[in-house]
Amino acid sequence: MVMAQITVNGESHEVQAGLTLTQLLEALALNPKKVAVERNLEIAPRSLYDTIHIEAGDRLEIVHFVGGG
Amino acid sequence: MDASDVETVQGLPVDEPLVVAGRTLQSRLIIGTGKYQSYAQNARALEASGAEMITVAVRRVNLSDPNQERLVDHIDPEKYIFLPNTAGCFTGEDAVRTLRLAREAGGWTLVKLEVLSDPKHLYPDMEETLRAADMLIKEGFDVMVYCSDDPVYARKLEDVGCCAIMPLGAPIGSGLGIQNPVNIRLIKEAAKVPVIVDAGVGTASDASIAMELGCDGVLMNTAIAEAKDPIRMASAMKHAVIAGREAYLAGRMPKKRYADPSSPLAGLI
Repeated sequence: MVMAQITVNGESHEVQAGLTLTQLLEALALNPKKVAVERNLEIAPRSLYDTIHIEAGDRLEIVHFVGGG
Repeated sequence: MDASDVETVQGLPVDEPLVVAGRTLQSRLIIGTGKYQSYAQNARALEASGAEMITVAVRRVNLSDPNQERLVDHIDPEKYIFLPNTAGCFTGEDAVRTLRLAREAGGWTLVKLEVLSDPKHLYPDMEETLRAADMLIKEGFDVMVYCSDDPVYARKLEDVGCCAIMPLGAPIGSGLGIQNPVNIRLIKEAAKVPVIVDAGVGTASDASIAMELGCDGVLMNTAIAEAKDPIRMASAMKHAVIAGREAYLAGRMPKKRYADPSSPLAGLI
């Protein structure tokens, strides 16, 4: 199994190369409907999670809504 | 707040509701969702406040504990209007990046822009705010903008297309009340879009003062969240906003320098 080094929310992660974004969120136990993802400074549209493949060196930001003023 | 709260006196004309970017709000109170002891307490305060719109922040998910409580588990985005903010952003680019994520997370374009300067006073950087507002509006966002109480910048923000002007009453989280009522009134008189006092309210009378100046609404967070009893304070704020609005519509009596007896002088024994 080929592994890929990526950065998620500023932390280094090693994941299986070629994972789709849907599979990655599943592996992180996150509900795709409750988060938004930025990949290498570009928005990853939710409708494309199944077709976006994670590549080595990817920098992901996964965010959600929290309390704020 | 529902319409019946306003129409308490028979025959009194019903006030027009607040409309922001095509969305109609019966309540003129908007509340933040930060600083509460829990999301459950936040949800109860929201209910007591009667507010229909809440501000929310966009932050990284906690990957080490994906099962921790979430805001949306307690406050339903289908029931309330979520207004994502750019709190913590110090440049226009930061704000645009944050709100693009918010749009993807929520699926809507109505946002609150705030571009801050110094953490000590959290005063908005108006030059950067104006630039960010322009960028966001060109990307199709409906921008409610947190700003200083400067009537000149308020007009510039309206000119670039902001859908609500939200001047501070006092520094964020300070609870000092409306520090510059003259400027707030000048901004309100000149604006064709809603003016909503955002930040600085400490207690119910501050909210009433903002509404008595003619503002279209009040946005607050800490005044409710850091009250000893946030639920009761949320209820107080609901009534204060209604009272201030009603007093504004009624038109207050002129101030006089000396006393003027309420009982007739004629017929004194």
